Amino acid sequence: MTSAMPSAPLRSESTRTESIGTAASLRGVNFFYGLNQVLFDVNLEVPARGILAFIGPSGCGKSTLLRTMNRMNDLLPGARLTGEVRIGQEDIYRPGTDVISLRRRVGMVFQRSNPFPFSIADNVAYGIKINRLARDRAQRDAIIERSLRSAGLWDEVKDRLHRPALSLSGGQQQRLCIARALAVEPDILLMDEPASALDPIATARIEELAIELKERFTIVIVTHNLQQAARVSDRTSFFLMGKLIETGKTRQIFSKPARKETEDYITGRFG
Amino acid sequence: MDVRKNFLQQLDQLRERVLYMGGLVETAVHHSLHAVTDRQPELAELVVEEIEPEINHLEVEIDERALHLMALQQPLAVDLRFVAAALKIGNDLERMGDLAVNIANGAARLLSQPLSAPLVDLPLMAERANRMLRSSLDALMNRNPELARAVLESDDEVDAMRDLIFRQLIQAMTQDPTLVERSLGLLFIARNLERIADHATNIAEEVIFWVEGVDVRHHFAEAPPT
Repeated sequence: MTSAMPSAPLRSESTRTESIGTAASLRGVNFFYGLNQVLFDVNLEVPARGILAFIGPSGCGKSTLLRTMNRMNDLLPGARLTGEVRIGQEDIYRPGTDVISLRRRVGMVFQRSNPFPFSIADNVAYGIKINRLARDRAQRDAIIERSLRSAGLWDEVKDRLHRPALSLSGGQQQRLCIARALAVEPDILLMDEPASALDPIATARIEELAIELKERFTIVIVTHNLQQAARVSDRTSFFLMGKLIETGKTRQIFSKPARKETEDYITGRFG
Repeated sequence: MDVRKNFLQQLDQLRERVLYMGGLVETAVHHSLHAVTDRQPELAELVVEEIEPEINHLEVEIDERALHLMALQQPLAVDLRFVAAALKIGNDLERMGDLAVNIANGAARLLSQPLSAPLVDLPLMAERANRMLRSSLDALMNRNPELARAVLESDDEVDAMRDLIFRQLIQAMTQDPTLVERSLGLLFIARNLERIADHATNIAEEVIFWVEGVDVRHHFAEAPPT
């Protein structure tokens, strides 16, 4: 990270207003790549145990905002954030934040599946190993099985756990990456276009999986596919040119958005 | 700039077909009434034989267009509300066509008898009901929720006129029993007109739902959004 420290004053613990059931809260978030500001004063509450979708045209800042939630932007040169991003109670841009631990709590799944060139089992075990989450081999194996089951992949791979992960299909690889993220028991799962490289059946599997997982995890998904946002999410945020225009219940946003900009975008009157 | 020109064109075409169907229903109601008031049985025949079958045909066409739009274009927000409204309006208009046929058939029966009783306020009521229909279609054409709200208010007026006509006709029947059959025929027409006005009210409600996203049926939402 070059300079991703917050300039906004930190609030004392006692003045926090986080409500129960909020997984993350963003206050006055501005984000810059060098001199280029890409997010403007974003305020957003992410409710726990549900799916929040970020939609908006390319370059609107939705992926950047997603990445602020586990400091994935830190490595980009000139990246700078002001404002406050809290995961649970913790201000994650506070000096001294353990970023590795943060990324365990806030997992991420990318557009292109990115399994390690290891076996299927070792991919899932990776986070367990580096976070030392298993006492012994039996516990490790139990976590691998549970994670693969949670990702809806167990039945397809249980007989070939030691085959290379790269031998799986694209959709299976993506579910493996989800299993890998789930193995370390995150609170939040960030998904950046997780199905955009998949065919409709593999896409439907990922969507069904997200709906199952929201009972236990908080999911934030960035998607260009409006129908996907409509199908899977409970709430939707619409971004335009770095600004959060509107957040609301998904059924409201897609049937009767409050803001004209939102309506123009989702009805294709914007371009 | 609209990036979905083809889709928006298809939405416009759907609206044009609904409006065309509305125009036919207006003509059907007008002709069925004038068959009575102007003693022109050929107008009643035109409604039954030609206009109403075309209205039925349009209902099917509108359903198909709306379903295709939903299946192929996945309309959202105001567009989704429009397609949903178009489906319901098509249904209302088809029912109005049936009611116009009822009136036309009633007219044919009345005309088979000698002219022997006043039409009381029936022409006035017909004019009001048809005006409600026209206004609801104008609201649809011009995307005008204020005009649609005015239609909702007129409905009570038409109901009151029906009550008045009922009283007038009952009085006429009481005074002169030879007028019973004819009066019952007129009552039947008044009843159908009142239902036509109800459907015009439905169309106005659909227009408000389309434009504002507010469901005003059954006084669900009294106030327009600010």
